[in-house]
Amino acid sequence: MEFLMAIVVGILFMAAVYLILSRSLLKVILGTGLLSHGAHLLILTMGGLGGAAPPVLTEGVTDFADPLPQALILTAIVISFGVTAFILVLAYRTYAEHQTDNMNLMKGNDEHD
Amino acid sequence: MKTNDVILQTTTKLVFFIIFLFSIHIFFAGHYTPGGGFVGGLLTTGAIVLLLLAFDLKTVQKALPFNFTIVTGIGLLLALGTAAGSIFFNVPFFTHAFDDFTLPLFGTTSLHTAMIFDAGVYLVVVGAAVTMIQTIGGDA
Amino acid sequence: MNFVLLIFLPIVAALVVPLLFRKLKAIHTGWFVLLVPIVLFIYYIGFIKTTMDGGHAIAELQWIPSLGISFVSYIDGLSLLFTLLITGIGSLVVLYSIFYLDKNREKLNNFYVYLLIFMSAMLGVVQSDNVISLYLFWELTSISSFLLIGYWNTRDRSRFGALKSMMITVFGGLMLLGGFILLGIMGDTFSIRELIANASTFVGHEFFTLALVLVLLGAFTKSAQFPFHIWLPDAMEAPTPVSAYLHSATMVKAGLYLVARFTPIFAVSEVWIWLVTGIGLLTLFCGSLFAVKQTDLKAILAFSTVSQLGLIMSLLGAGALAYHSDDAIFKFATFAAIFHLINHATFKGSLFMIAGIVDHETGTRDIRKLGGLMSIMPVSFTVAFIGSMSMAGLPPFSGFLSKEMFLQSMLAIRHFELFNFATWGILFPVIAWIASVFTFVYSFYFVFKTFAGRQKSEPLPNKPHEAPSGMLVSPVILASLVVVIFFIPNIIGKWFVKPAVMAIQPGLYSHPSDVKVDVAAWHGFAAPELWMTVSLVGVGFILFLTMARWQKLYDIHPEYMSLNALYDSAMLFSEGGMNRISRFYMTGLIRTYLIYMFAFIAAITAATLFIKEAFVVDMESFTPINLYGILNAIVLVIAVSMVLLAKTRLSAIIALGGVGYSVALFFVIFKAPDLALTQLVIETISVALFLLAFKHLPSLSNHGLTKRNKLGNLIIAAGVGITVTLVALSAHSQKLIPSISQYYKDTVATEAGGGNIVNVILVDYRGFDTLFEIAVLSIAGIAVLAMIRLKLSRKEESTDENK
Repeated sequence: MEFLMAIVVGILFMAAVYLILSRSLLKVILGTGLLSHGAHLLILTMGGLGGAAPPVLTEGVTDFADPLPQALILTAIVISFGVTAFILVLAYRTYAEHQTDNMNLMKGNDEHD
Repeated sequence: MKTNDVILQTTTKLVFFIIFLFSIHIFFAGHYTPGGGFVGGLLTTGAIVLLLLAFDLKTVQKALPFNFTIVTGIGLLLALGTAAGSIFFNVPFFTHAFDDFTLPLFGTTSLHTAMIFDAGVYLVVVGAAVTMIQTIGGDA
Repeated sequence: MNFVLLIFLPIVAALVVPLLFRKLKAIHTGWFVLLVPIVLFIYYIGFIKTTMDGGHAIAELQWIPSLGISFVSYIDGLSLLFTLLITGIGSLVVLYSIFYLDKNREKLNNFYVYLLIFMSAMLGVVQSDNVISLYLFWELTSISSFLLIGYWNTRDRSRFGALKSMMITVFGGLMLLGGFILLGIMGDTFSIRELIANASTFVGHEFFTLALVLVLLGAFTKSAQFPFHIWLPDAMEAPTPVSAYLHSATMVKAGLYLVARFTPIFAVSEVWIWLVTGIGLLTLFCGSLFAVKQTDLKAILAFSTVSQLGLIMSLLGAGALAYHSDDAIFKFATFAAIFHLINHATFKGSLFMIAGIVDHETGTRDIRKLGGLMSIMPVSFTVAFIGSMSMAGLPPFSGFLSKEMFLQSMLAIRHFELFNFATWGILFPVIAWIASVFTFVYSFYFVFKTFAGRQKSEPLPNKPHEAPSGMLVSPVILASLVVVIFFIPNIIGKWFVKPAVMAIQPGLYSHPSDVKVDVAAWHGFAAPELWMTVSLVGVGFILFLTMARWQKLYDIHPEYMSLNALYDSAMLFSEGGMNRISRFYMTGLIRTYLIYMFAFIAAITAATLFIKEAFVVDMESFTPINLYGILNAIVLVIAVSMVLLAKTRLSAIIALGGVGYSVALFFVIFKAPDLALTQLVIETISVALFLLAFKHLPSLSNHGLTKRNKLGNLIIAAGVGITVTLVALSAHSQKLIPSISQYYKDTVATEAGGGNIVNVILVDYRGFDTLFEIAVLSIAGIAVLAMIRLKLSRKEESTDENK
């Protein structure tokens, strides 16, 4: 199963990077969304997918899934929500101010040093 | 965003309370079964989002007259206060305490200071998420 | 009391200066600052008794004990002499600056803060026993010198001069650091005393010569020795008190201090003697030669300082011969060096102050416009006359004594037989004599072209008059010292010079009184140095009188061949080159930078995996594939490709939601109920968020991304994707240390009283993470609010304007 997951994670990262490198601001945001999904699954896969039961103490169960990656991912999910919302607003405010979402036109220049 | 879907609005009124109560349940159950401050807070936010979609921003603000940035602040203070409280008992920062109590009606329950911390998390999640959605929705 | 703390007294005082400047406008800030050097001077005078007996005082303040780095204040004859120069001349300069700098027009707070920082740094340089803290203070003097030269920061010349001095001295400083570290490796200590004690073991060490050259580079750049002297004339853009203090009396002498201090370690080396003596003499020669060419009063003094520093440097080099020869004359050279150092500080300090006064009262420093000031400014003239005659080496002024001793030492080098001196030794007195002739010429040039003769017909920018008496106090004190020292050279010798000599040559004496030097003005007619002086006065006087005829000879030397031109073109070239290089890769496009990042992440990670042979896949540890997993993976890949291929915003957002839900399903499959719940709710809210912001979002467009761009993106994306897959596989297959999860599982019921391990980790075991996380979430929420509110308030403003 880990092998399959590793490939899925790879695909998610690949799609995310491809989108982030595009010139459209909206695609960059979509890319960051995919990137966080990829990162979550990556942590889960690296920790191992074994375990017969959820990490909740229950009578007679000793083979839990690893709780640590889950705790890390839970934190990451909420953070990525906050960041996505932030980037979303940043992006559409930028779009409104500059009347463009072309990343190639949004570059720094020497006049603003 | 003025909608006038009577069926949606009527259902929403009912479903909102179901989701809200469920979120409270999930929040309290968090220490022993799946759930906790994050999920609870997000579910509450989800319920409020549903209200926002069914009614408009103004109606929701009238129904829930909180300033959600202040809710965020209270949540942060609660969480930090719980963490800092331990130093008054001469134990390291962030040491939680728990014990079993026998309460009338509920029987024997264990009470945790971690619960108060989780309540802080709950409030921050609700406050921050609703603030974001309200401002984005209100941006004309 | 731990007197190492006194080093920091000026810096601490600097903290109060801006406050005093702001609150007490009526009183010149300089009066408060003046207290600092005076207090220090009086305190340090108390050490004279100790050093006169050949003793020393020491105080230590630990800094980084694990690396053997500490602040040590080590006061022996040499450091005490420098300390007294720093605080003594410092007091006079601050007093002078009170009248020189107008309290209403100048940014006195900046000026005195820089000056006090410099004072601390300089005290640190001369008292530090630890080479690392010495280096630290050394660089601090460069920085404060930079700030002081650029004090009038609106002038182009000031900024240029400041940068130039910084470039050269900091280059030297870095070399010095290298030398110190090599010494530290050789001696396994950073303490100068311990290094000196172990010095005999360094000879023949592979780093010995390299360390020597590096330390000398540091000393030569700081002391403006040829060919690094070019920064000093440009540093004259600093206010005159700074020139008098940093660029003649103290900072430029730090290099001399360094050479003197490290003489016991390096003097055994032939390279050391040749470099120090040779470069010193060369600098003396060039400096005096070019001083005659200058037309700016301060520039004359700058070149003369360069040449005098060379003189002292060559004497220190000759003094190192004492380690190879029993001839008393070479011990004598070290004495002469220290003695001349004191003399130079006094007469050059007074001359700089006079140049400042002339500038201040007439409005120009151009010697071609000046003349005949003698009757208008009699006091200034007297001081200038005393200073110049001392510089020229005439009696009855202190410069005469040290000049005689210098000539005597140079004559003695002829007779030294080691290291090829027998062949080349004759050059030393010859060059010394020629340089002395030019020294004589520029001394006369300085004082008589300014003060004697007739006033020029062209009126001066200001109507000249004598300076206020407060301004004259400091130069008059220095000038009287010049005369006094001539009459009591042996007392000065006993108090200051001999203890310092003993510090430079510790192995040769057991008590300062063992230095058998008796300074006298008169050695009888048979003394060759007397006839050298007589002849140089004669030739010099003729040259001075005929100056107008031969001064033009300097113009033959083309400007573009000079060291300055070399420096300028090197700076221009490196600046232009760097600019081109950075422009080549800094395109300003986020996409370019992201490509760099992703490409490097992929390349470095993949390379590490294979070089370190970290890529190991342990098929055994894999869990069996289940059907739901495969199906869900297919759904996820389809959703991802829909995001990639979507033509409209709406379909892209919905596809992204689909990815999120299938990720949530993975969490269900892999027994993570908390994650699944959270992911489901978050995904719902996120989609709602996207839809709420929908009307503000731009439509999807390629913006003319070409096929080639797309291919490039695809290659990098594929590289990152494959690397991540490999990392995921190998990370899963290798567990270097056991996971802490087991501890959590074991203690969750007993220690934390909970059942849901994930939630207990969040709120208890790793509560800090959660605390910071909710803080980040709040910040994101407030940022969203702020960004949108910001726009609203700006819109309101613009509508107000429209009304």
